[in-house]
Amino acid sequence: MINKYLNKMKKIILTLLLTFPILATAQTAEEKGLEIVSKAIEADRGFGSSSVDLKMVLKNKNGQLSERTLSNKTLELDEDGDKSMIVFTSPKDIKGTSTLTFTHKQGADDQWLFLPSIKRTKRISSSNKSGPFVGSEFAYEDLSSVELEKNTYKFLKEEGDLLYVEQYPVDPKSGYKKRIAVYNQAKDYRLETIEFYDRKGALLKTLSYTEYNRYKDKFWRASKFEMVNHQSKKETLLFFNNYNFEINLKDEDFTEMALRRAAN
Amino acid sequence: MKSSNFFLAFIFLFSVIVMAQTEKDEVKTTIEWEFNAQYRHFYDAPQFDNQLKDYPSIGIQPTYSFGWENGYQNFIASAYFSIDRDENRRYWDLREFYYQKAQNNWELSVGFKKVFWGVTESNHLVDIINQTDALKSFDGEEKLGQPMVQFSWFSSDWGSLDLFYLPYHRKRGFAGEKGRFRFSTVLEADAIGYESDKEEWHPDFAARWKHYIGVLDIGLSYFSGNGREPYFEFDDRGNIKAFYPLIDQLGLDFQITAGAVLFKFESIFRKAEQQEFFAMDAGLEYTFSNVNNNGLDIGVLVEYLYDERDDWALSGLQNDVFYGSRVAFNDTQDTSILGGGIYDLDTQTHLFTVEASRRLANGLVCSIEGRIFSGVSDQELFLLFFKQDSYFSFTLSKYF
Repeated sequence: MINKYLNKMKKIILTLLLTFPILATAQTAEEKGLEIVSKAIEADRGFGSSSVDLKMVLKNKNGQLSERTLSNKTLELDEDGDKSMIVFTSPKDIKGTSTLTFTHKQGADDQWLFLPSIKRTKRISSSNKSGPFVGSEFAYEDLSSVELEKNTYKFLKEEGDLLYVEQYPVDPKSGYKKRIAVYNQAKDYRLETIEFYDRKGALLKTLSYTEYNRYKDKFWRASKFEMVNHQSKKETLLFFNNYNFEINLKDEDFTEMALRRAAN
Repeated sequence: MKSSNFFLAFIFLFSVIVMAQTEKDEVKTTIEWEFNAQYRHFYDAPQFDNQLKDYPSIGIQPTYSFGWENGYQNFIASAYFSIDRDENRRYWDLREFYYQKAQNNWELSVGFKKVFWGVTESNHLVDIINQTDALKSFDGEEKLGQPMVQFSWFSSDWGSLDLFYLPYHRKRGFAGEKGRFRFSTVLEADAIGYESDKEEWHPDFAARWKHYIGVLDIGLSYFSGNGREPYFEFDDRGNIKAFYPLIDQLGLDFQITAGAVLFKFESIFRKAEQQEFFAMDAGLEYTFSNVNNNGLDIGVLVEYLYDERDDWALSGLQNDVFYGSRVAFNDTQDTSILGGGIYDLDTQTHLFTVEASRRLANGLVCSIEGRIFSGVSDQELFLLFFKQDSYFSFTLSKYF
């Protein structure tokens, strides 16, 4: 009688093991986070190169506004991070000041600055990730291209189409302890918002992406970025105009020679 | 006169090119004007007769840019006009007037242009293409326009190679009788002759190879022809005799960008009939970024300067140490301050510098500058003439 019981138990256990393989291969929150961000990066792959004009509006805690305009060209690289060139067009005294950046998946980016008043190109340090980009609420690390290797990930929760992923920067020089990025799975995993937490873990800033347009039936680009600093009460708005994906730029357009030409 | 015919032919050729292009293409035109109102005050009594203490001056620089073929073809024209109490500081200079064509990995520029070479802050040794505009700024940062044909070629494996044909040499201007930073007898630009019998029309050549490998940016350059720096001799009565020698100069410059530290190095070897020498400028810059999370960047700079010519180095930078600090506020007004000094290890001459600038409104910038000579030793052959020339200046710049 005991033998019959034991055999039956064996059968039940075997069946359980065979019919519930999911239990043995469940995805961890870290893996799911990595998967979502990978999908988001993949969805944006293949644009080749693009250019866009930006208007930056800075608002201090008293509501006072100041503006800057710049243009940005990007070249997508598969084997490494993107190359980008920024040319400032206003205020007039800095018109023609431009930067050339080669983003790398690992290690510091290569960066050069062109000063139009003396026609000098300087190689500058890119280790200042946490510092403000031209006095705005965007830090340098907020504007460099998204690379999988720069963070570790953890999936948080799902709310309808929105997927919340925690990101922990790998670089100890980052100004953030973590970020919570919200991806829209119904719209090719485009970003909707990012919350930035400072090194003490307190909520520092929130970035909202709005007024999205879809280019070449694939690439989502928001026309408006709004960065609000909850601690300093300052805000920076970025307005994107004239997105051009037909520009067909090459490596030769991202050299020191081209940097000086772009300043004209 | 030869030079005016040359000039007119230039203008005619460019007009033809520009008009031919603009008929079929979309031209992006930009017109910029920069107006500077400056007040310089020299607080020490002048060393020589007729020198003054106060110098209000005005500088105007219009720039016209035409770009077509999406920026692959350009025509840039820029001139600088200056008015001052010092009669030699009343002048105009064609800073830029060139046509440029870029395609794939090469670029050709023809006309007056400004080219900067180098990585260091206190002295610019390898920067030889353009003549120094010593009147606009005594520190050698400002340059006169230089006619040239420049061909540049780039390869991602090998770096870039720039080749220059420099058909005409520009003379350096010096302060007039009423001006500061002059010698005991006024040195007129035209009084300086040439070693070459072709004088300013001696064809000069230059080449520069530049590459970047990871954290290293390196440049190797060569120049042959009329030296930009006059060669000075004193005669028996202590009068200055100067001429532009024919030189061959090799330059090496590099920078290592290691995180927050930049290692910088520039060196030249110059060979002429009268002298040959080696000079260098080596140093580092360390930046404390985003100090206290206030966005402040504080940079600390130190450079060592050496010139084999010793006392005969025109700049006086033969065995000197430069130290300085640069503070960038990274605020909306782009406020920045630079302070430092150059100390001569042989003569103990000390020159202090302070520069600050801030934007007051869109297109309006104010800047302050101070250069203080402290204890200029009698051993200084050239700086001795400037020992009473410490000054402060205030400048208001308006951009249209």
